[in-house]
Parts: sequence; structure tokens; C-alpha cells
Amino acid sequence: MNVTSLRFGAIMVGVALLGACQPGAKSNQQLGYRGTGMDQIQLKSAKLVEPVPAPPYDPPAPGGKPAREAYQNVQVLGDVSEDQFSYTMAAITQWIAPEKGCNYCHNPANMASDELYTKVVARRMLQMTQTINSTWSSHVKQTGVTCYTCHRGQAVPAVAWTLPPTGNPNSIVGNLHGQNAPTPASAYASLPNTAVAHYLIDKDAPNIRVAANGTHPTPADKLTVMETENTYGLMMHTSQALGVNCTYCHNTASFRAWNISTPARAQAWYGIRMVREINGDYIGPLAKVFPANRLGPMGDSLKVNCATCHRGQNKPLGGVSMLKDYPALRSSAPMMPAVAAPAPAPVGAGVTAAR
Amino acid sequence: MALLSFERKYRVRGGTLIGGDLFDFWVGPFYVGFFGVTTAIFASLGTALILYSAAIGPTWNPWLISIAPPDLKYGLGAAPLREGGFWQVITVCAIVSFVSWALREVEICRKLGMGYHVPIAFSFAIFAYISLVVIRPVLLGAWHFGFPYGIFSHLDWVSNTGYQYLHFHYNPVHMLAVSFFFTTILALALHGSLVLSAVNPPKGEEVKTPEYEDTFFRDLIGYSIGTLGIHRLGLLLALNAGFWSAICIIISGPLWTRGWPEWWNWWLNLPIWS
Repeated sequence: MNVTSLRFGAIMVGVALLGACQPGAKSNQQLGYRGTGMDQIQLKSAKLVEPVPAPPYDPPAPGGKPAREAYQNVQVLGDVSEDQFSYTMAAITQWIAPEKGCNYCHNPANMASDELYTKVVARRMLQMTQTINSTWSSHVKQTGVTCYTCHRGQAVPAVAWTLPPTGNPNSIVGNLHGQNAPTPASAYASLPNTAVAHYLIDKDAPNIRVAANGTHPTPADKLTVMETENTYGLMMHTSQALGVNCTYCHNTASFRAWNISTPARAQAWYGIRMVREINGDYIGPLAKVFPANRLGPMGDSLKVNCATCHRGQNKPLGGVSMLKDYPALRSSAPMMPAVAAPAPAPVGAGVTAAR
Repeated sequence: MALLSFERKYRVRGGTLIGGDLFDFWVGPFYVGFFGVTTAIFASLGTALILYSAAIGPTWNPWLISIAPPDLKYGLGAAPLREGGFWQVITVCAIVSFVSWALREVEICRKLGMGYHVPIAFSFAIFAYISLVVIRPVLLGAWHFGFPYGIFSHLDWVSNTGYQYLHFHYNPVHMLAVSFFFTTILALALHGSLVLSAVNPPKGEEVKTPEYEDTFFRDLIGYSIGTLGIHRLGLLLALNAGFWSAICIIISGPLWTRGWPEWWNWWLNLPIWS
């Protein structure tokens, strides 16, 4: 091997390495007191979002006959006007089954019939959407959600999860035990990639912890390394889903301390509880209704995680509120305060200031 | 300090890079030179500014004193003194005094007719510092991205900056740098223990020659790098450790914005199997 071929090899390796880089223009954001290193550095191109679909037609004027008088078997949207009801149905068709149309959920011979499972599921999903918009403003704020936030023109949202199949517990052969696989669920790390099944399944899911409560762990108050890895796995998922890094919510001087965390952490805290309610109270029980081809290998329904709505954006759909055009998806139920989250630090307060 | 009788032989005129004979003298054991003067001025000024900045800060606890870089909004411009301007001036003082120190080493090398190995080695440490407070901030477009001058605060910065890439241990160049650091320590421990084993015999026994040292490693692993070679190897390992640790932070942000684990997808995406 002579010097020329060595040089050529070095140049080729250099070019190959640059090929795996992101030299494009960046957009930076400061999230903590200066010097704490709490910053977001993102590619400008990563911030581009697709435009949201326009309403099917101009929203109808308020007033008119209630839908429950105009149609039969209207259990959720009975109080909205007939015009508003038809408008909402047209939008839902666009959002969920643009190709199959009304017949994806309805028997065209008898629109009121509940014989198709999709109609039963859609009714429950309408209730869920109303619950999210009326009781989870701690997470969705006034932006709210519509069917499109998750569905994006598909009957089954592109991002969903089911319980992982349990491999042979007595063997390590061919069983990665839910880790060491480069998947988006763990942001391609070797960390557990089934953490969402552990933490987001329902309201009884365990607390998310990386340290014992006291300075010195006790038998009753301790965490194993494997347990903390589950937490890190979940956090990798959240980061990936929102397209942000750990310091979007946390000052890593203490992941746990609320007084040095950013306000986004409180919103995420509510989001985790919201997802537990969605999965535990709405989507999970629908496993009885879904046909087998809509269930996971363990016979459970396809559930949501952070990425189902967020899709790599810290605000789904770039923060555009579609809900304002669809008043039927807000419930008339009064705003109920959810569980109170601990108070995070005010914007810009850093670890140095807190000390 | 008393001047040893033979030291006079080595205290020769000339070899200065700047200033001619002006500062070509010694104070006690120390050679002064033009760069000794600039080192003294800028190190003192920087230290004084750290103390001044600490005095207007919230604490005198030495662990918690922190002189932080400016907010992001100041970009690559000058910030008000109390909002990062002190950090900017202290950074200039630090760089000037570090570079002066290296050039003073060069002048001493020239006086003695020695190679420039020591100043070159020290320049790698300066490069690592400049990478953190100049090169990466300039590439990212704001002095904000420098690290703060404080004992705890710079550790918090390292932690948060690492977590900006979710799992920094997946940074390939960080892997390289860490491997060189560990190998440096391994080489130094092997070298130190081998030398001591040969030249520090029990009372009454003779010091062993380098042939014994070479034979020890030939017996052990079939090869001895030799008395000069171990120092070449040590310098190579140590300089690589410093160099790649500087590169690993320069690329974090300017050339990669996602989690470092994700960078390795290039392997999964190779056209051979994807």
C-alpha cells in the first residue's frame, strides 16, 4: 500500500463520516438560566410541519334542530345541531376513512345501526376526544385535539403500541427481553423499548422514578438499575416523540427536583396521566369490540403513546388548533381540575439561581 | 532559590520570539521573557475578574461560584458585563495567558536547542479549551454555548449538554476519546510500575538495567516497546485523548442535533442489508 492509496482511503473515510452528519442550518432555543447548558439545537428543516386539512365545507351557523331529533341512535352528539352533526361527520370521514367514506362505520341501508364494530369504536373515541378537550386542558391547553391529531387520514393511527409478546422466560435464546433492539421506541438506544407498556397502560401504572425517595435507599424504598432503565426507556420515547432533548423538561442536575425543571415538565406530567386514562379507560376496554386483526399478539388493542399525536413535534401539528372549527368535539361538561402536578420553576430560573 | 553551580551553563541569552533582550532574564528559578510578562498580566487580570464577578454574584461558596456565558440573544456580539460580559473578557484573558504560556515554553526550548514537544503537547490542551469556548460557540452562532466558570456549574453544564444528545456515550468520537484516556492511564501505570520495579530494589540489591525491563515485557507479552518507545506511545495516546475529546464536543450540535444513539442508524441503513 503506498501513500497515495492511504490518502485516498483517509479521504473516503472522511467523506463517509460526513455523510452521517447534519451540517444544515440550525435553530437554537435557550431553556434555562445561561450557563446551565439547557438548550435545544435543532435542524431548521426538522421544524417544518405539514399543513392541517381544511374543514370539509364552511362551518354551519349555530342553531337548528338537535341531532337526536333529526336522527336515530345518536348517543354522544345528540345535543349538537343537525347541521353541526353532519358537518362533524363529514370531517371525521375525511380524517379517518377518506377512501371508504361513510360506509367504513355505517351500514348504508341503516345509518343508525351499530352492527359495524367501527361505529361502536368511533362513538367511544368521540367520548374520549370530548373528555380530552374538556378535562385535560392541563395538557392540550386551548389547542385541543381532534380525530386528525392521531389519525391523519388513516383508520388506524400510524403510531400505536400493543403489549409485547412474552418470550420464553427460561431461555435467553432468541429473546431480547424488550431491549437491545434499535427502535424509535427507545430512540435507538439499547434501553428497554417496551417502557410505554410498563408506564402508560392505565391509571394503575407505576410511578416514574430514577432514584429512591431518601438519601439512603431502604428495602422498602429502593430502585434497581433495571427499574431505572425502564424510566430512561420511557424518557427516550418521549424525547423522540416530541423531537426534543432531555433538557426540554429537566435540568439534569436533578431529574427529579421540580424547582429546577422547566414548565414543559408539568405539561408532560399531565400528558402522561392523560395517556394512561386514554389507554386504560377508553382504548384498552375496546379490545372486546375489535376483531382479531385489530389486536396485538397478546390480544390487546392498539394503544397510544406520546408519538401517536406528537410525531416528532413538541406541539402536534405545529400547534395549530383544528378544534376551533369543530365545536361538537368540545364537551359541554364543565372543566374539571385534574390531579395537581408539582410546581416547576418559573421560566429562565436556572440551577444557580435556585441555589 | 540558590542557583546551582551548573545551571549557569544553561542560562543562555537569545532564542526569544519577540522583544529581543527586553525580558530575557530570570526571576529566581523562573525564566521571564515577553510571554512570561503577558502570562502574568492576563492570568492576574482574569483571576481578578473572576473574583470581581464572584463578588457581585449571589454566593462566596467556592463550590457554587459561577461565571456564566451570555444569554442566547446576544449571539456572537458583546454582552453587558453582568450578563455574560465578564465571561467573555475572562475567556479572552484565559486564552491569551494559556497561549503565552505555550510560547514561553517555545522560547525556553529555543534557548536550550530542544524539540518543541512540550509546547506542542500543551497546545492540545489549549485546543480542547478553545473548542469548548470559541470553536463550538462560533459554529452554533452564540457565545451562549460556552461552559460556565464554576466548579459545580461546569459539571451541570457537562451533564445537561450531554443529555441534549440523550445518551452521550453513543457519540463515536467520545468513545474514541474515552478509550484513549483509559489507554493513557494503562500505559502510564504499566510504565511507572515497570520503572519502579527495576530502579527501586530492596535494600542491598542492585538497580536493574533497562534490559531487565525489556525482558519482563518480552516474557509477558512477547514484545517490549522499549525505553524511548514507551514515551512516544504515551505522548501519542495522551494527545489523542485530548484531541478527540475536543472533536467529540465540536461535532455535538454543529454536525449532529439528534440523540447520539440514532447516529448509528447509518450502520443499519447500509445498502448491504437495508
